[in-house]
This record gives sequence, structure tokens and C-alpha cells, in this order.
Amino acid sequence: MASVPSKLYSDDVSLVMVLLDTNPFFWTTSSLPFSQFLSQVLAFLNSILLLNQLNQVVVIATGYNSCDYIYDSSSATNQSSEDGRLPALYSNLLQKLEEFIIRDEKLAKEEPRGKIASSLLSGSLSMALCYIQRVFRSGPLNPQPRILCLQGSPDGPEQYVAVMNAIFSAQRSMVPIDSCYVGAHNSAFLQQASYITGGVYVKPQHLDGLFQYLVTVFAADLHSRNFIQLPRPAGVDFRASCFCHKTTIDMGYICSVCLSIFCKHHKKCSTCGSVFGQAQSDNTSASDRKRKAPET
Amino acid sequence: MASGQVTKRVKYKTSVKDPGTPGRLLLTMEKLAFRPNNPNSASKFDMEFRYIKNHKYTKEGSNKAPMLNLTSNQGVSYIFEFENYNDLQVCKEFVGKALSKSGETPKPADTSQSLSEQPSTEELLLRMNLLRENSELQKLHKRFVSDGVLTDAEFWATRKKLLSGDLSRKSKQRVGLKSVMLSDSKPLIDGRTNKVTFNLTPEIVREIFAEKPAVHQAYLNVVPNKMTDKDFWTKYCRAEYLHHSKNAHAAAAEAAEDEELALFLKPDDILASETRRKIRCVDPTLDMEADQGDDYTHLPDHGIVRDGSKEITDSQNEPYMRTLLQDLNRHSAVVLEGTAIDDEQLKDTQTVAEALIQSKQGHKTANEEDDGNASQEKLNRISKMMEIEDLQGSNDLPLAPLCIKDPRDYFDSQQACAFKTSRDTTIGTEAVSTREAYGSLRDSISQIKVMGLNDPIIKPEVAMKVLSVLTHNISSTKYHLGKNPRESVLDGFPNKIKEDLLHHWMSIEELLRHYWSSYPVTTAYLYAKVNRLKDAMSKIDSQLQVILAEMKESVQSDLRNQLTLLIRPMQQALEAAMQHHDADLQKRLAKSGERPNGYV
Repeated sequence: MASVPSKLYSDDVSLVMVLLDTNPFFWTTSSLPFSQFLSQVLAFLNSILLLNQLNQVVVIATGYNSCDYIYDSSSATNQSSEDGRLPALYSNLLQKLEEFIIRDEKLAKEEPRGKIASSLLSGSLSMALCYIQRVFRSGPLNPQPRILCLQGSPDGPEQYVAVMNAIFSAQRSMVPIDSCYVGAHNSAFLQQASYITGGVYVKPQHLDGLFQYLVTVFAADLHSRNFIQLPRPAGVDFRASCFCHKTTIDMGYICSVCLSIFCKHHKKCSTCGSVFGQAQSDNTSASDRKRKAPET
Repeated sequence: MASGQVTKRVKYKTSVKDPGTPGRLLLTMEKLAFRPNNPNSASKFDMEFRYIKNHKYTKEGSNKAPMLNLTSNQGVSYIFEFENYNDLQVCKEFVGKALSKSGETPKPADTSQSLSEQPSTEELLLRMNLLRENSELQKLHKRFVSDGVLTDAEFWATRKKLLSGDLSRKSKQRVGLKSVMLSDSKPLIDGRTNKVTFNLTPEIVREIFAEKPAVHQAYLNVVPNKMTDKDFWTKYCRAEYLHHSKNAHAAAAEAAEDEELALFLKPDDILASETRRKIRCVDPTLDMEADQGDDYTHLPDHGIVRDGSKEITDSQNEPYMRTLLQDLNRHSAVVLEGTAIDDEQLKDTQTVAEALIQSKQGHKTANEEDDGNASQEKLNRISKMMEIEDLQGSNDLPLAPLCIKDPRDYFDSQQACAFKTSRDTTIGTEAVSTREAYGSLRDSISQIKVMGLNDPIIKPEVAMKVLSVLTHNISSTKYHLGKNPRESVLDGFPNKIKEDLLHHWMSIEELLRHYWSSYPVTTAYLYAKVNRLKDAMSKIDSQLQVILAEMKESVQSDLRNQLTLLIRPMQQALEAAMQHHDADLQKRLAKSGERPNGYV
């Protein structure tokens, strides 16, 4: 997808919104330890800031119960709280992250059952898009924004509608959504997001080399993507989840007014309220039954 | 009866001699139902009007009982005996309406006409045009309708949008007024007999009435009470003749004698007052010089003197002069306003007059309301002197236009769906408690804080491995899928195969659409349709298999793989539909035993 040419002061200034998955239930079972993951991501964030003086990075943590802004490179409150070992960027970020996790834990309501619970991807996508809109309206010159999802938790089908809405608004504002999925199986939501918005989806095979993946594929700004070849996935999983039970389905019923998807036949669409045409089988089967009684 | 249904007490007979079962007959626009008074009686039934071929009834004057005989297209006749002839009358009318609504024409027993109307000739023409222009549509049409899998009506039922688009364009257009000034047509002057013949058609009359409201008013006042139509027009033509002769004195002289003639010769009062009103409504913020001078009806040539000499006109005769400019201006104003009458109303002068009056009434009331508000608004506006918004630059953010993609673009990405393994398998995790999970996360963070980042971030060998994997991946997809990232797998195939595949895909989509919309199967017609569709589907399925078999030899190996991946979802969809059909059939057979065709 072509980048927006008119709003920038230099072709390759970028604003990268990084959505960091901090779902504890995923990280306890992941083959990649969280500390290794985090250290590679931190190095990557620093590299982005090194690429161009005007680059901006904003990190949003996608938690299990909530989402929040963790780090904003353009904010003035980046005092150096260096303790010799870590530069300011890292210590700030880690501090905020820890506070976020403590808050998130307090919001926990119940234990997840069975499969790994999903994190609130739709929430952090929406927060990222809101931030980007604010940047757009802040003045005539803006960096080119893009969203990078570092996700490992599986898709929550109950978030299907919200995620699709976020994807379409990103498409409309021409913000590509890149995804780097570090979980076990492919994520349908993120594949669709990258396909629709023109971003890149990568599921790294060698997780210990995650930093190399990030720097090779995701550090390129939008202008350079016009002449750099980036990996493309072989196919996209376009399955949707139904609106009534939130299960992923291949075949179902669709309301012709609002295109909501249902797995079973309903009398009325729950989204737009339109009444579906009656199935004639209701009448005839009733009369059929009544008719049989006197005959037998 | 104005309501949509009728209920009457009747006796239902299977033949005229039958004593009949008493009960109630319920008629709606789609079907009729008979409910016997005795709930245990077996002669209750429902019947749709589509299947009724014919209806007969006994005449009122005869001695027979009032009876209505409905014949279905299977040959069964249902006879209802009413209590009196009034009931019969009501039901007869209702049945007539219902039958004409369901478009019953005596058809053979083949009930394949499920739509309620025969398409009109225009619609048929439209369909043929569409088929001619769109070759894909034509191919689909040929494949299915000519082979009898789908009827013409069903094929077009899902494409109403294509048809209606054209229809609506044609029917709504109303012919406007001619810009030629008809009323200015020269009369036939016969020098020998000294007769002047004017030719007046309703069109010309309409124009006259539209341009000269005073004449219109006079016409309504005078005809048919005081004067006949012909006399009125004779006088009018005389006035026109006088005008054309440009003899102001003669005109004044005649006007002095005849009142009505004077009316025709003088400038139009009604028009003048309308114009004055319009001038008052002109917005001074736009047009600063609107004043009395714009009232063109009063000043010949807008007061502009043509050849520099002042024409000294006799003030008495001044009102009787009318110039070409005035006529032209008035005519153009009327043409631009448009006509509010249809061509059908141009039958004779009386109807034209009335029609114009009606349209004017509508305008007048609207105008009066507007006037009151308009002056207030005008004052507000003048005080604000707003800036012109149209000329400002737009301050929209650049937005990507809405882009609804052709499903064929997704055609080659469908192969991912072939991976039917369920992704929601539960991963066997030991139940980790919330606290432990969060705790371990926090530990990781503290660890980083203490240890700092790894040094090096990643080992060089790992980096090398990743780089080579990525490069290989990119170059191989580029090799396979081509340089253009938007190019699809399909383009890699030779043209013939590509077209075949697309055609098959479209046909399968069409079939599946009709198939799934026919469920639940309730009538014999739907059942037959479903069977036909299933046969067509199995035919396509075998065709696909043939393609696959052929391709195994002729196409290169990597393309072969792609082809399989492309065809597989099509086959899966067809299989799912056929399985559903078989399952449904089993259910039916189990349920209804001796009625295998499911017909109620």
C-alpha cells in the first residue's frame, strides 16, 4: 500500500506503535522466556530510534485484563534514571511495565480454564489507532505511523468484531499493521490484519534470533518498503468467528443487511435487528404434524 | 373487502353431489385454507393460489346453490358452497384478485414457474442486452439455463440489481418543454379570402397558459360559463394578430371596445406582481443592484434605446406594445422552470388549464410560507456576511477510498482454508495459577533490570541462520509468485487453464448460492430444483477431477501443486453441499415414510 506522501517532513521518518503482549499465562508456557524476548525487543526499539533522529516509538502493553501505554519516546519526562547498567530508555520502560503488570494482576477476576487465554489485542489496537489519530491532527508535519504487534497469545474469537473494526479503520487511515507472532500456531486475526492493511506478517522459526527478524523485516520505514522485498506469507486464513457463540466457523448464515455472521439459524439479527424471512418449514411442519394425528 | 384476507362459512365438497363438510374458508392473497368445524375431520387443507388453475362459480340468477369451484393444476377440484350469493361474490372477487396477482396462466403440470410474473418484453430485452454485453454472464447462462439446471427466472432472480438499474433509468424521464416558442408560430394568412388561420394544439395552449398567467386566469373565469372555448381562442388569436401587425393604434382602438381583448393586449398583471414578489426575495448580499429596473415586463427592451434616438411613444398606446425580447425572456423563464404536467394531460385545453392551476396552487402555498421566513433569514444573513464555504480548501485527512474487492482476488488465498486442522486445540497446560503467572513475569523483568540486556543480543551464528532463512524465503516466493507482489498464483497458469478454473469457480458459486437458498425444502418445486442442482454439482465435481488428472501430466510440478491447492476448496465446498443433500434426503425418508417427495 502506498504511503501517505503529503504529511511528512522527511520520507523516512516513522512512528512505530509497538503492541507488546504481556499475557502471563502465555509467557509461562512459551518456549521463549520472557526475559530473552524483552531484551531483544528493547534492543530493537533502540535501533529504530537510532535510524532517524525524528523517529518515534510508543509502546503499549497488551495485558490479560487491561492495556496501557508503557513508553513514549517523544514525551519530555524521560529523565535519566540511569543506574549505570541500563540507559534511560530501558529503565523507564521496565519500570512502567512492572507497574502495569501489578495493576493488571489486581484486575484479575477468574482463572483461565483449559486453553491459553487470549490477551486484549483489540484494546491495544484501538489505543494505538487513537494515538495515531491524535498525531495526525497535531499539525501539518507528521511522521509516518505504523503498528507493530508482537503477539504470542492465541486469538480470542470474542474479540473478532472489535479486531476487524480496528483493522478496517487502520486500512482507512492507511496505517499498516505488521505482526510478528511468537506463539505456537498461526494467528488468523493478525494474518488478516496484515493482509488487509498492507503490512507484513512473520512467524519466526528461530525464536532465539528474534532480534534479527525484527531488525531485518520490521525496521524498514514505509517509504523504503516500496523498494525493499519483504517476506510474504503463502496464504491467509480468512475464517471468521460467529457473532453468537464466538466460535470460528467456515460455513454459516449471514445477515444481508449488516453482514453479521451466525452459526445457527436465527429469527432476528442481533446486530441490526432485521427480521429474517420466516423459514416456511415452521408452518408446514406444524401442520404436517397435526395432520398426521388423525390419519394414524 | 379491503383487508388482505377473507373468512367465510362454507361447505367443502369434492363433487357437486357431495353433501359437503361444513367449515370455514380462509382466503389470503397467497393461499386458501379450509378448516372443518369438526376438528377430527380429515378434510382440512391448505392450498396456495399458485397451484390453482381455474375458478368457476354458479351464476346468481340460477336456481343452484352459490358455489365456487377451484381447480388446481393437478386436476383436483375443490368446491365450496356458500351460504348466500353475497358471500360468493366477495370470495369470487377475492379469488380473482389473488389469482391475477399470482399471475396464473393455465400452465401444464410442470410447476417450474416459481416467480409470480412473466417478465415483460422490456425486461426480456434488457436481459438479452446484458447477456450480450457480459460474456461471463453469458457463459454462465448458457451452462445452466440451457441445460435446464436452473430456470431463466431463477438465474435472473439474484441479478435484479443489474436489471432494475436499466429499467429505472428509462421509465422516470419526463419530457421537458420545447425551447422553440410554439406560441409564436405564424398563422396562415389567406390573402384571397382574407382569413387568418391559427393552429392551436394542446402543447401550444400549455405554453400560452404557462407564459401568460393572465390569459390562463381569464380562461378559467370565462370558459365554459360566458364564452365557449372556440370564441375565447378566436379573441386571443385576434389579439395576437394585432400584436403582430405592430399597429399600436389599432390595438388600442380595439381594446377600447372589447374588454377581454384588452386583457390579451395589455401587459400581464399577474406576471407583473409575481415578478415584483421575486425581486423582493432577491438576496442583496449577492446581487446588489436588484431593483425596479429588473422588472423586464414593463420596459420594452429593458429601457435600452436601440438606435440612440428616443422613440416618442404615445403614452396611451404604450401598454399595447410588446417586444420580441419580452416574449423571449418570458418563454425562457418558463422553459427553465420546467413543466409540471405530463404529456398525457395534454388532451384538450380544459384539462391543460386545470392541470396548470393545480400545479400552481402547490407552488403558491410553498412560496407564501417561504416568503415569511425568507425575509427574516435574509436579515440574519446580511448581518453575518458569512464567508463562502465552497471556496475554502478542504481540511480532510487523506483517506483511503473504500475498496471492496472482487472475490476473485481472494481466490488463490483460499488455499489456507484447506488446512482444516482446528486451531483451537487445547494445549495441555498445567493449571498455572494467576499469581504464579504474574509472579514469574515480574521476576523476568527484575532479572533484566539486574542483569541488563544480553551481550551480545544474539549470537552471530543464529543471526546468520535467520538472515539466510529470510533471504531464501523471500527469493523463493519471489521466484514462485513473481516480482509483482499483487500478482496472483493464477497468472502463472496458461490462459486456458486459468479461464477454465475461473469459469468453474463462478459456476460453483452460482450453483451453491441457489442450492443453499433452497433449503429448507418445503415444496415439490424446491425439491426438484435441489435435485437438479445436485446433479449439476456432481457433474462439475467430476469435471474438476478430470482437470486434476489431466494436469498431472501436462503442467510443471510446482504448478501442479498450486493447482491442487486451488481446486481443493472448490471440491470441498461441493462435497459439503452434496453431503448435506444426502443427509437431508435420509432425514426426509425416515420422517415421512410413504411420501418420499416431501410434498405437503
